[in-house]
Amino acid sequence: MLSIKNLHVSVEGKSILKGINLEVKAGEVHAIMGPNGSGKSTLVHVLAGREGYDVTAGAVTYLGKDLLALRAEERAREGIFLGFQYPVEIPGVSNIYLLKAALNAIRKHRGEEELDAIDFLARVREKLKLVEMKEDFMYRSVNEGFSGGERKRNEILQMAVLEPRLALLDETDSGLDIDALKIVANGVNALRTPERAVVLVTHYQRLLNYIVPDYVHVLVQGRIVKSGDKSLAHELERRGYGWVEAEARA
Amino acid sequence: MNGEVDTRGDYLQAIRTLEHELPGRNSWMKDLRAAAAARVEAVGFPTVRDEAWKYTNLAALMRQRFLPIASAPSFANEQLERLLPDGLDTYRLVFVNGRLRADLSSPTLGNGEVASSLAQQLRDHPGALEPHLGRVLPDAIHSFAALNTASFVDGACVRLRAGATLERPIHLIYVGVPEALVQPRTLIIAQAGSRATIVEQYVGADGDRYFTNAVTEVVLEQGASIEHYRLQQESGRGFHIGGLYVRGEAQSSFTSHAIDLGGLLVRNDLQVALNAVGAVCTLNGLYVADGRQHIDNHTCIDHAKPGCTSREFYKGVLDGRARAVFSGRVVVQPDAQRTDAEQVNNNLLLSEDAEIDTKPELEIYADDVKCSHGATVGQLDLDQLFYLRARGVDDAAARDLLTFAFANEILQRLRLAPLRATLERLLTTRLLQGRGIRELELL
Amino acid sequence: MATSNREVEELIGRQYRHGFTTLVEADSLPPGLNEDIIGALSAKKQEPAFMLEWRLKAYRHWLTMKEPKWAHVHYPPVDFQSIIYYSAPKSQKDRPKSLDEVDPKLLETYEKLGIPLKERELLAGVAVDAVFDSVSVATTFKDKLAELGIIFCSFSEAVQKYPDLVQKYLGSVVPYTDNFYASLNSAVFSDGSFVYVPKGVRCPMELSTYFRINASKTGQFERTLIVADEGAYVRYLEGCTAPMRDENQLHAAVVELVAMKDAQIKYSTVQNWYPGDEQGRGGIYNFVTKRGACRGDSARISWTQIETGSAITWKYPSVILEGDNSVGEFYSVALTNNYQQADTGTKMIHIGKNTRSTIVSKGIAAGHGQNAYRGLVKVLKGARDARNYTQCDSLLMGDKCGAHTFPYIEVKNPTAKVEHEATTSKISEDQLYYLRQRGLSAEDAVSMVVNGFCKEVFKELPMEFAVEAQKLIGVSLEGAVG
Repeated sequence: MLSIKNLHVSVEGKSILKGINLEVKAGEVHAIMGPNGSGKSTLVHVLAGREGYDVTAGAVTYLGKDLLALRAEERAREGIFLGFQYPVEIPGVSNIYLLKAALNAIRKHRGEEELDAIDFLARVREKLKLVEMKEDFMYRSVNEGFSGGERKRNEILQMAVLEPRLALLDETDSGLDIDALKIVANGVNALRTPERAVVLVTHYQRLLNYIVPDYVHVLVQGRIVKSGDKSLAHELERRGYGWVEAEARA
Repeated sequence: MNGEVDTRGDYLQAIRTLEHELPGRNSWMKDLRAAAAARVEAVGFPTVRDEAWKYTNLAALMRQRFLPIASAPSFANEQLERLLPDGLDTYRLVFVNGRLRADLSSPTLGNGEVASSLAQQLRDHPGALEPHLGRVLPDAIHSFAALNTASFVDGACVRLRAGATLERPIHLIYVGVPEALVQPRTLIIAQAGSRATIVEQYVGADGDRYFTNAVTEVVLEQGASIEHYRLQQESGRGFHIGGLYVRGEAQSSFTSHAIDLGGLLVRNDLQVALNAVGAVCTLNGLYVADGRQHIDNHTCIDHAKPGCTSREFYKGVLDGRARAVFSGRVVVQPDAQRTDAEQVNNNLLLSEDAEIDTKPELEIYADDVKCSHGATVGQLDLDQLFYLRARGVDDAAARDLLTFAFANEILQRLRLAPLRATLERLLTTRLLQGRGIRELELL
Repeated sequence: MATSNREVEELIGRQYRHGFTTLVEADSLPPGLNEDIIGALSAKKQEPAFMLEWRLKAYRHWLTMKEPKWAHVHYPPVDFQSIIYYSAPKSQKDRPKSLDEVDPKLLETYEKLGIPLKERELLAGVAVDAVFDSVSVATTFKDKLAELGIIFCSFSEAVQKYPDLVQKYLGSVVPYTDNFYASLNSAVFSDGSFVYVPKGVRCPMELSTYFRINASKTGQFERTLIVADEGAYVRYLEGCTAPMRDENQLHAAVVELVAMKDAQIKYSTVQNWYPGDEQGRGGIYNFVTKRGACRGDSARISWTQIETGSAITWKYPSVILEGDNSVGEFYSVALTNNYQQADTGTKMIHIGKNTRSTIVSKGIAAGHGQNAYRGLVKVLKGARDARNYTQCDSLLMGDKCGAHTFPYIEVKNPTAKVEHEATTSKISEDQLYYLRQRGLSAEDAVSMVVNGFCKEVFKELPMEFAVEAQKLIGVSLEGAVG
């Protein structure tokens, strides 16, 4: 589904990613872990198409297409969803309005009929249950005045409604208490199907108790220095990142 | 014809009679003076028909016909002592009638730093002054500032070498004298990376009538940092028109504390040009007026280059028949991306006959900016008042206390502790009308 | 001086007595402005004597005035002697015969706004006789209004049928001496709307110029007068979201609102006149005077405006809060793109006790647009416990535009509470990226963020108007994002 080859990225002349190679197949969950500043967030933003990142070398293929040639909204319509670490507030734009506009933009792109208001609401109500949110939540402005936990749940709700092919979740667990963490994890697990893939970016192993990954990669100073299965996450939890960094230097 | 034109003629005549006494014999200085005189002649003095003066009527000032006088009455050390903030250890320069009184001043600085008579500096080091004197002032300046340029006799000159840091503040005291037009001129040149605190204090004996027409220019070269205090404590019958014009180069930092307590009719123009990347300015202001006082503060911050920051916070407390004007203009020029500007003006009206006109302005020609302003006019917060009364403070004391607290928010920003303490005391007597201090201490 | 002035006036007066009769017979008056022209105009409209007198007083006063110069508005001088101040409605043969003859760009905009086909013909000035289904609807409306004693008609009709009401209220809020353009309007206004809602009557429907079917074009000097008597309520909608075809470059309308005790007037405007081309050529100059007076206690006047059109917009819908406990409101969205200039805001004059005003202004500047808010909040000495809250936000799109905020606050009463807040910032890249990440196109993302920014104002509009306004913002911003 997603194939990253030798990806080099710099920001304002500073090299951040230094040759990332990663293959993600449909049905897989990959966790990318690493210390702060290792380039985890840069990786997901480059995949989502944020401006301001210079790809200096390498290639990314997504469903057979050159991903880097697409604009952010085209990637979203092709099924890439980014769960933001810091979801932005958009005053005056209600959640429900955004969701409807986004869903219909994606459906139109796929050549599907736009959902009418009744079908749309039915779908949203079903997904609201999944993230344990009340309906009045939908009529508030996007993320405005939301607590950290509410914002993250809102991201999962949007993901559930938009049903992406590839979900990139950037530190979705940060700032969540254990109940909220379970809700978020349920939301992600509900999305796991043989057609979809998930890339989780996280600093801590905690989230991986609830969303069990097929692969774990450790990103250090812009390179994936170690890959393994879920046991690698436990080892990192126990021993910290120091030993991987040391191994990488060796 | 009308009085305004007449006054213009009087002033121009006065400039000519002063000519023999004016310092600076160089051609550039003569050109500067001549251009300024020409400006006075060409544009005349402002009236309420000028947008920048619409709330300040100068008719009363114009009727007075204050003119320069050559010799000042005596001013003794005891009189001076009463004016000095307690415990403030400074390099001191005292000017009476706009002329340096060496006998009242403390010794000048060593180490190549200069704080001395502007007239003397013009004679001894004209080359050091030429690039700056009269050049920080914008060209299209009102005639009072031009009049000062055309005819100032003396004032203070502060020059700081690159990297110099002054331990003690420089204290400039300007004393008004009865029936005179007094025109102090101050020039502050802070070379790269230098740091200093400068206090300008304008005073006059109570009951004296006079007109102070002051201009200060400040140049901050790269990375320089100046904390500037302007304490306006003119006589209750004094007129004061003051201009403070500042140019900040890259990474420079200018802080102004403008405190207006005195004067019958006061107009201050404070203009800061943030002239290179990363320049910062902070303008704090407090005006407290009662009786028939009229205090007008016009500020303008010009974000001329990208990445500059400005913060402005002015407060006013008005009692009696006092009237205050605040106009705060923030301009962001087309190139000045990443500008960050905030401005707040809060006013408290204490009496039926007090009046405030406030006019914050944003004029923005760049898009990547974060600018805001806010202005309020109001009374004391009833919840706070109730809270204090619920704690047993009587209504009058609670009001006084909250009024003091309102004004004190500005004083708390002053870094010179002795000065802050002196002003707090002054404010306590002024706002609490002699009572309430005990209650204040009790709390 | 005074004598010679009177002599001049007399001279002018004599001239017109002899001169104007031939003018009346002509189909259109020749270009130019003098007392003959005004006399002829008034005669053509068969106005009572008081109207002619009033027009002439206004004209004579106008002659003594200077055209204002505004710091933030730039345009070439207007030649008032080249304007035709009266012309008979265009005959059918001069108009386009079908939509095929209409500028395709205009049609494209109608399409985007979703204007029904029949209405497109009307808006584009196509010669059609029976206009659209609403003719019958309009008649039904008229019957219903008449039953309640509500007068809603063209200004010309009101002058004929209700001269006493017109004489009583005309110029009572905006005197003919008010300002250069208001004086000019008073002298030469061609037509407009008149509304009178009697005591205690709640107007059951939204009144709109839109419903005055086939009322001939009111032209460039429009006059509107709305009076809500004690306890009455009326909501008036002016303009529509579709761009109107118009040959006149200068528009100088006057709107006067009078709200008596306990009355309420809500006045909403959507102004979408031709803004000029991408270089700013040929757009409308819109110099309007709009003012309401809360004459009685607890009266309430609310202005809502969506300004996206015209090359230059200069208007400050204001409220004079005379009655105790009266309320004034101003909600505004002004958008400037390409080379448009807008200088708009409001004046809230607090005279009565316990008067309240709210100002919410949202300015959007894109392209080379210049957008200024200019407002005055004035609390007079007797206005105890007056309250004002002002929120004034500007959004900038692109580095060639400008946003300016010039509030004036004048307070002469210590019990007043006045709060003003303003912010100016660039449209947020983070918000746009977030929306695009959810699949929205760059233009839709911009439109969504801008509409969110304007929401506080849109919610003051009737539902269907608000929906149209949102679409209008999207259309007006086209080309603003790269």
